[in-house]
Amino acid sequence: MTDPVTACDGQGPPVDLENQPVIVEVRNVNKAYLRGNHVIPVLQEINFDIRAGEFLALMGPSGSGKSTLLNLIAGIDKVDSGTIVIGGVDITALDETELAHWRATNVGFIFQFYNLIPVLTAFENVELPLQLTGLSRSERREHVEMALRVVNLSHRMDHYPSQLSGGEQQRVAIARAVVTDPTILVADEPTGDLDRVSAKEIMSLMCRLSRESGKTIIMVTHDPKAAEAAQVIRHLDKGSLNDAHP
Amino acid sequence: MRTLKLLIRNAFRHKLRSGLTILGITIAILAFGMLRTMVNAWYAGVEASSANRLVIRNSISIVFPLPIAYKDKIRQVSGVNLVSWGNWFGGVYIEEKNFFPNFAVEPKSYLALYPEYVIPDLQRTTFLNDRKGAVAGRKIAEKFGWQVGDTVTLKGTIFPGNWEFAIRGIYKGRDRSVDETQLFFHWDYLNETMKKTASRRADQVGFYMIGITNPNLAGEVSTTIDATFKNSLAETLTETEKAFQMSFVSMTEAILIAIQLVSIVIIVIIMAVVANTMAMTARERIGEYAIFKTLGFGGWFIAGLIFGESLVISLTGTAIGIGLTFPVAEAFHDYLGTYFPIFFVERHTVYLDIAAGVLVGLVAGLFPTWRAVNIRIADGLRRIG
Repeated sequence: MTDPVTACDGQGPPVDLENQPVIVEVRNVNKAYLRGNHVIPVLQEINFDIRAGEFLALMGPSGSGKSTLLNLIAGIDKVDSGTIVIGGVDITALDETELAHWRATNVGFIFQFYNLIPVLTAFENVELPLQLTGLSRSERREHVEMALRVVNLSHRMDHYPSQLSGGEQQRVAIARAVVTDPTILVADEPTGDLDRVSAKEIMSLMCRLSRESGKTIIMVTHDPKAAEAAQVIRHLDKGSLNDAHP
Repeated sequence: MRTLKLLIRNAFRHKLRSGLTILGITIAILAFGMLRTMVNAWYAGVEASSANRLVIRNSISIVFPLPIAYKDKIRQVSGVNLVSWGNWFGGVYIEEKNFFPNFAVEPKSYLALYPEYVIPDLQRTTFLNDRKGAVAGRKIAEKFGWQVGDTVTLKGTIFPGNWEFAIRGIYKGRDRSVDETQLFFHWDYLNETMKKTASRRADQVGFYMIGITNPNLAGEVSTTIDATFKNSLAETLTETEKAFQMSFVSMTEAILIAIQLVSIVIIVIIMAVVANTMAMTARERIGEYAIFKTLGFGGWFIAGLIFGESLVISLTGTAIGIGLTFPVAEAFHDYLGTYFPIFFVERHTVYLDIAAGVLVGLVAGLFPTWRAVNIRIADGLRRIG
């Protein structure tokens, strides 16, 4: 049964991409994995741009390489060849330490399984990325409270992940992702582990982040309903971009 | 502070596993501490020795006597300022199991040589003036309920018969390293009785104890004394008090080495147990470490988390183990104080316990840290879900 109302309905107009600068440039990216003695190509000659404020959905069947591409853009995996320039920084030229620092300030992560630290409260989970900044304790508190307000979870800040529902945990994860005000948000199947109602709430939240806060979002999803929230949809198939977006 | 909170919470995330590991460490540290204390107790006599005291005994063996007549010649040796003598009496109180060290000594010079035996002046004077008087250590007096003025009968084993003594004084040790389980009485009492009952054993001493003016003269004085009695019927062997005590310890050296080895083996075993716990923990949390890395936390942070957790567990066990070592050592001493008159947990042992705890924590964290730091983020994230 399909829901006629999309996650972005009633949330204002999308960002006008024509007037936005390119923030992510992916050029001639190739990636392969070694399984035993076999080299398995995962991505081949990938080229595309993402504009500031764009909400991009990467779709494709399992094994098409979409998560790998997301990991490469997020700087948690290395290309075999090609370049990825984000906000003017060629991240393929950075070493591990530089990359870690770059990720801390430029990327917000949203995972399928939320990936919250179970022994930390919602507040402490959201505060984690801020510990790598020079913010004072009170400044950190201010930022965390604001991020939790955005995801409408201020009242659950002292709860541990195990005390929250899946949807609430994902909202905490989104608060953690946005608390540092990163250049891009990457989301890997953010609704993959949620029921329909929670999934819609999460997509609505992401849509709001895109339209109201102008966040650049790159989302990997299997779910066509979730992809409807995106302005641009790109399809990957067998490691290549099948570039027929709507 | 957040990091500290995080690693403490991590350490007690699996309460049963952490609890059992901490219990293991506690028992290991307790055993380690007790074994070290036992070794220290063995060496207590050696450690309590004075560099200003030399012991002269028969060169063949301690069981052979020396003539009392040697004392005047020994006094004449340059560098000697005090000469005392005595015999190991070997008496038991009421029955065999009540064995404790007791000596017949020349009291005035002996007490002068051992200022660490602290006796009230009045008791000292009374003891010196009473030929059948004796002084007992505080612990042995407490054990048998002796008080000043009591008459005590010891059953002689080396010198047969029942020997009556009046307790004229109770000494305390100047510090904890002084043996308070001994009893001393007048050598004259023993000698006079021997003259009456076994004249062949009269006018003989088991050892001379001498004081020297300067510890640096020990070698020279020893050589001179031994040369003086060379080719006599009872040749002497003069050595420092420390060497003398050490000669007893070395008789049981194999046991001591075995005890020390066991104490090290215990630490190695617990190291393996904690390493196993940490390896399991790190394997379970590899996804979380990947998340930290994803968020921009570096290898040092991950290493800090794992080593920190390992140290929290091992040091918690160590702290409990050290805390328990004191009452257990006390109970052990109460039960076996006759065999280990000086049995207390030295500060050095506590330091060794702490060092062992830290070592266990660090070694146990090595492999999991290496693994967690080196895993690719993408591989780590794949473990989640």
